[in-house]
Amino acid sequence: MGEFKVHRVRFFDYMPSGIRAIAFNRQTERIAVARVDGSVEIFTILYNLFQEKVIPGKEQRSIEALCWVGERLFSVGLSGEIIEFDLHNLRPRFTIDAYGGPIWTITANPQGTHLAVGCEDGTVKLFEILEDKIQFERNLDRKKGRILSLSWHPSGTKIAAGMMDMIRVFDVKTGHAIHRLLVDKAAGAPRDQECVVWSVVYLSNDTVISGDSSGKVKVWDALTGTLIKNHDVTKWDVLALSLSQDETSLVAGTSEGTVVQFQFLSSVLGKEDKEWVRTRTFKNHTHDVRALAEMDTAIISGGLDTQLVVRPLLEKHDVKSQASALRKAQFPHRRLVSCAKKAQLLLFQYPSHLELWRLGEGEEEGTPGEKVPVRRIPEKLLQLKAKGEEHIFCSAVSPCGEWLVYSTTSSLRLYKLQYENNNISITKVSKLPKVLRWAHQLCFSADSSQLFAASGRSSVHMVSLNPEGCKHKHTFKPKNGSTQPIHLLTVSENGLWLATANSDCEVHIYSLSTLKSHCTVPVYRSGVSAMAIHPTKNNLFIAHADQQVFEFSIELEQYTDWSRKVQREGLHLKWLERDTPIMNVTFNPRNPDHIILHDMYMFCVLDQSLPLPDKKSQFFNQLTLKSLPEQERKTRCHAFKVCKLFQPLMCVDVLEDHSLVVVERSLLDIVAKLPAPVKQKKFAT
Amino acid sequence: MAALFEGSTLCALSVAQNCTESGIEGIELKGDDDHVVVTDSTRSITVYKVSDQKPLGSWTVKQGQRITCPAVYNSKTREYVVVTDDKVIRVWKDDDISLDKAFKATVSSDVWRVHSAPDQEPVVLFRRGAVQLLDSLLAEPQQDVENILSEEEVIRWSTLVTSGKQQWILYITEHKGEHCLHVQSLGNMSRVAYRLEGTGSTSLSYSVSPRSGNLHILSLYPDGCVYESIVPMRLPEGVEGKVLPLPRTLLLMLPLGEGELASASAVPLDSAHVAVVGVPHPSAGAGKDYLCIWNTNFQTLQAGKEMAGRIYGQLWCYCGKLYVPHGKALSVIPFECQKSSLAAAMGKLKQPGGCELNPPVPVASWGAVTQEQTSASAVETRKNRLTRKSQGASAIAVDQLIELIKTGSEDQVHKAMTSFLSKSDLPGLQLAVGNLASALVTRSLEEPSFYPHKVLVQLVHTKCLCHSVCPDLLKLALEKKDSALCQFCLQVFPDIPEAITCACLKAFLSTPDSELETVTLETDSVAYMEGLSAVTVQEKEENETQQNGFSTPAAAEENSSEAQHPLHQKPKLASSMSLDMTRPVGLHKAVLLNEILQTPYSDSFLLPHLKDLSAPQVILFLQYLQFLYVKYYQEINTQVPALRSPTMTQIIDWVCMLVDAHFTVLVMAPEAKELLAGLHSFVKAQMRLFTGLGKIEGSLHALKKAKPSKDNSQYSIEVIELF
Repeated sequence: MGEFKVHRVRFFDYMPSGIRAIAFNRQTERIAVARVDGSVEIFTILYNLFQEKVIPGKEQRSIEALCWVGERLFSVGLSGEIIEFDLHNLRPRFTIDAYGGPIWTITANPQGTHLAVGCEDGTVKLFEILEDKIQFERNLDRKKGRILSLSWHPSGTKIAAGMMDMIRVFDVKTGHAIHRLLVDKAAGAPRDQECVVWSVVYLSNDTVISGDSSGKVKVWDALTGTLIKNHDVTKWDVLALSLSQDETSLVAGTSEGTVVQFQFLSSVLGKEDKEWVRTRTFKNHTHDVRALAEMDTAIISGGLDTQLVVRPLLEKHDVKSQASALRKAQFPHRRLVSCAKKAQLLLFQYPSHLELWRLGEGEEEGTPGEKVPVRRIPEKLLQLKAKGEEHIFCSAVSPCGEWLVYSTTSSLRLYKLQYENNNISITKVSKLPKVLRWAHQLCFSADSSQLFAASGRSSVHMVSLNPEGCKHKHTFKPKNGSTQPIHLLTVSENGLWLATANSDCEVHIYSLSTLKSHCTVPVYRSGVSAMAIHPTKNNLFIAHADQQVFEFSIELEQYTDWSRKVQREGLHLKWLERDTPIMNVTFNPRNPDHIILHDMYMFCVLDQSLPLPDKKSQFFNQLTLKSLPEQERKTRCHAFKVCKLFQPLMCVDVLEDHSLVVVERSLLDIVAKLPAPVKQKKFAT
Repeated sequence: MAALFEGSTLCALSVAQNCTESGIEGIELKGDDDHVVVTDSTRSITVYKVSDQKPLGSWTVKQGQRITCPAVYNSKTREYVVVTDDKVIRVWKDDDISLDKAFKATVSSDVWRVHSAPDQEPVVLFRRGAVQLLDSLLAEPQQDVENILSEEEVIRWSTLVTSGKQQWILYITEHKGEHCLHVQSLGNMSRVAYRLEGTGSTSLSYSVSPRSGNLHILSLYPDGCVYESIVPMRLPEGVEGKVLPLPRTLLLMLPLGEGELASASAVPLDSAHVAVVGVPHPSAGAGKDYLCIWNTNFQTLQAGKEMAGRIYGQLWCYCGKLYVPHGKALSVIPFECQKSSLAAAMGKLKQPGGCELNPPVPVASWGAVTQEQTSASAVETRKNRLTRKSQGASAIAVDQLIELIKTGSEDQVHKAMTSFLSKSDLPGLQLAVGNLASALVTRSLEEPSFYPHKVLVQLVHTKCLCHSVCPDLLKLALEKKDSALCQFCLQVFPDIPEAITCACLKAFLSTPDSELETVTLETDSVAYMEGLSAVTVQEKEENETQQNGFSTPAAAEENSSEAQHPLHQKPKLASSMSLDMTRPVGLHKAVLLNEILQTPYSDSFLLPHLKDLSAPQVILFLQYLQFLYVKYYQEINTQVPALRSPTMTQIIDWVCMLVDAHFTVLVMAPEAKELLAGLHSFVKAQMRLFTGLGKIEGSLHALKKAKPSKDNSQYSIEVIELF
């Protein structure tokens, strides 16, 4: 089919941040994940695990706990503040200081009327949840020692609080402590070492279950204040507990990276006397499992090894399906690399700085499977530190490489770059139009004359760029008045069309010539993970998180025949079973039928002129084809040409000289940079 | 979990020394769960109160009379019923003192058993299969009883099963080594016969439990396997007179240790537990005097108890108590089975505790499938129907052909078969070929003069046949000394049991070469053997040095350095052996032995059978293996092309197994000494070679490692090609 010259780039030192807290919203089936760097991510578990929204972190913000109340998301952290997030504008909605020192935990009562937060000074503070704010109501009796974990009784009348060396049960009405449950230290621990109750769970049958730093999961009777059962789970800490909704299953996350499941069972079938029995152990993490959530059919876990794991409970799945597969989210499902096609530049986005690299050059000719001698090595042109404490939200470099833009949650900065021989000068564009205060997504037009910035309420600002200054030309707004944030922006090569995709799975197409909304693509159930407009055919190619692909003709305002054929014949099972969403769509300039797609583990050249693979044919057939003679290849090849030579991939793009650039980030390198896991005795060590 | 509790002795047994019978004819419940009626096979019937271990009453028949069936208690009329001397039914009550004065009636036919269930009329089962209610029989004792079973068919076991208001009499008969289960419903008196699978070995015990609409029949075989067969309670209609196949599933494989079971018994306790007596405890050596409870879901031993004295293979279970006669006592052992919730927790049990209504018998037997003709079903896809049609067409031809096979001459059969095979398409062929082969083999076994060699070869060549479809084919071929057919079977069948492989091996080794040379064998393998032998000659002519690293100087040097070694009396043994080695067996025998080497096997099953070989056979075979082994090393770079040839590993495995199986024999036999010594030094030389190779591998690996791999560089430009 063809040869490609590939720039294989491994100098993007992307480093994900550890997971600190997870909250699962059963109504909306969304998972909120807080990371150590203060960022919050919203995943949906409908149709594969997909990262829908990202709220960037801040230098001093550290989130200790997350809590959903309806569709509102609250967090607390060691800064002592309670933050509610605005999930439409992807920024904190308000911040309230609890005046109790660092806050370790937050939890809402099952009725959804009050929030309880546990503070360093030993107070449990109750806040009333109001329409658009929260209001401090009162403190429960203050005790010495920090409050590390809280759990409401399902009736909302009692609260169990995990503290140092003990658990207290409070009556919410009076505010007095009813019980004090003393937790033992680990055997052989020094006398002055306290036992930290990292997590408590209060069950409706007045049982309290605690996980502590001595590695034990303890089951207490909260009515009598007695210990019923003690499970020795690990030599290290039990950091997190999570209870299933029907209160028959409990999972505990440990420092060893294991997740241990307990089930409420009777030892004899059919008898009533049930007890908590340790049943299964899952090991999907290498480091501390700091956060857990139990869905009905799966366990979500995350920890310091930065990956989010959705581990299905196989007894709850009758058939093998996408829902019954183990899923891991290791890389963000959005692009952190932007590529200046003409100037052969790569812009890497780190949380608080940007790096601009110029790709190297090699000899023109090379034989397939071989490396080409590199004539000029790649060069880091620029390292730009973001101003302020806030982390970078999004960034872009223009195709000509002369403009560079990034945005945090509160500010947007545009730079003009000038290259003189080997010198590069950077000047900040000072006078930006007032509308450009911040952006959810940024993108330049192909001729680098315009900047598009996605802003609140799904609107897009169009700004023309001139060396003299920038001018706001138009703001595109969706007709339906959607309030969801835009996470994808793409402009056609000829500068006529703009397409946006937002978190409500809506794709809007605007005409840049008439400056009007052109049409809307029919809404598909699953989120858009990548899209692009074909340079010559003006078809919008859309990849969804559930691995479906569509091609929409902008001019005809309908799906193309090819897209209909795909839907009619169905995609190959191997394609649908892939784990990670398509992260980028580009086109091969040499052949208009070629669409280049990539996810974390492969990139694929989709040849629309070839037949689709049928159900029985071999999907990954590159090796087979290679071994066949020329004539036979024709009969065996199909539209999906998958290349797994490079992985894990952060970005695949096509440069103007028709060569590919792939950005790899080795998972081993990431693991190597993580702090050492707890030491475990292995055989013969 | 299940548990066996401390038992008590109900009564002593009057057993003679070394008697294999316990002397207990049967134990039946008397009304409630605390009284049992124990029938002694000598002459007495005793009623015991189990909780007190106290006899409440005892009756004895006169000298000269014989109790031929265990006494039962009719709780409706509060009477006991027993049969003496096969034909005399005696009925008496608790207050009758002597049996002689009790009511008796003589019936016209021999009675096998009287069965009784609480609050139901007792049922009489006659030796010839007729079933009658006791009261209707006693109303007219001399009435004619119809004969259902033939003269030779003997009842081995029978029982009465009650579920709800329905009752069934089940009995198993044996006729010419074939076992049949007869199920007779007492409601509408319909009767269905099933042929039990796996005839050949006789089951040690049977037991039945009614469960969710089906009757589960448990049988324990001498090889320690517990099988379960399922019969629907609602008997199939319109099958009067037919014998249906009854598939069985392996429920439990009991660890046996050594030898087969002689007297053992298994009784189901609930849906997941089986009590077994007379089988060794897996962790307590080979003694068989244990009573164990096994969980059939997880194949785990739940409880075990050692029973003192001899076990008679008898076991009864009533109302949570097991009755075991052992040694000189009859013990009553209470037990408890709890359903574990483990299966539910692990998602293995879908409806914990819920009553599931099973659909009638799942057909899970290949035998049944081959027997059954295609049944038309309403919901068939078109494609399916098409294939059915073609199957139907060939099935008619198959039927005709089978008829022909039963009567026709060899030539006729051969012609018909050729035309049939040329016409048939593949999907139906598998079934047809199996049926045809079975028919041919059956006829050949019955009629010694009939042996259609060509037809059988033809059938084997279709590659649609395997050993389990027609297990007698290979045996037949061996019997008829048809080495050519044996060769084809060994090549084609993927599932030959180790015992048969060994039998073939033995037959090949014992047949004189002269006899084998006249047989026409497959040309490819013969050519291969010829080639192999020719290589030696050629090789010898060309040069004396070995090319594959097997150097004679090395062997010689080694020998000189270990001069005292007793095995090296002939220092040049290894080298001389490798050069002048002549094939120890004839060409055709070698070809056949090669086939044996290439059959799949499992060594743990093969080893016991290998021991059957005689010492000369072992030595001959070992010589041949050594010949092959040496030849392979010489011939490594002048490979003889062949489709099938034994691999080096196969040869070495067989040598190991042979030496393993006959170690003592080989050590003792003087003629084996030289052979073993030669083998030893050759292997030793090989070992030296491989150590050397290992060293080279190590250093090459290190070289490769030392080469800096550029793969971890930060940046590269590569060219890839997609197809």
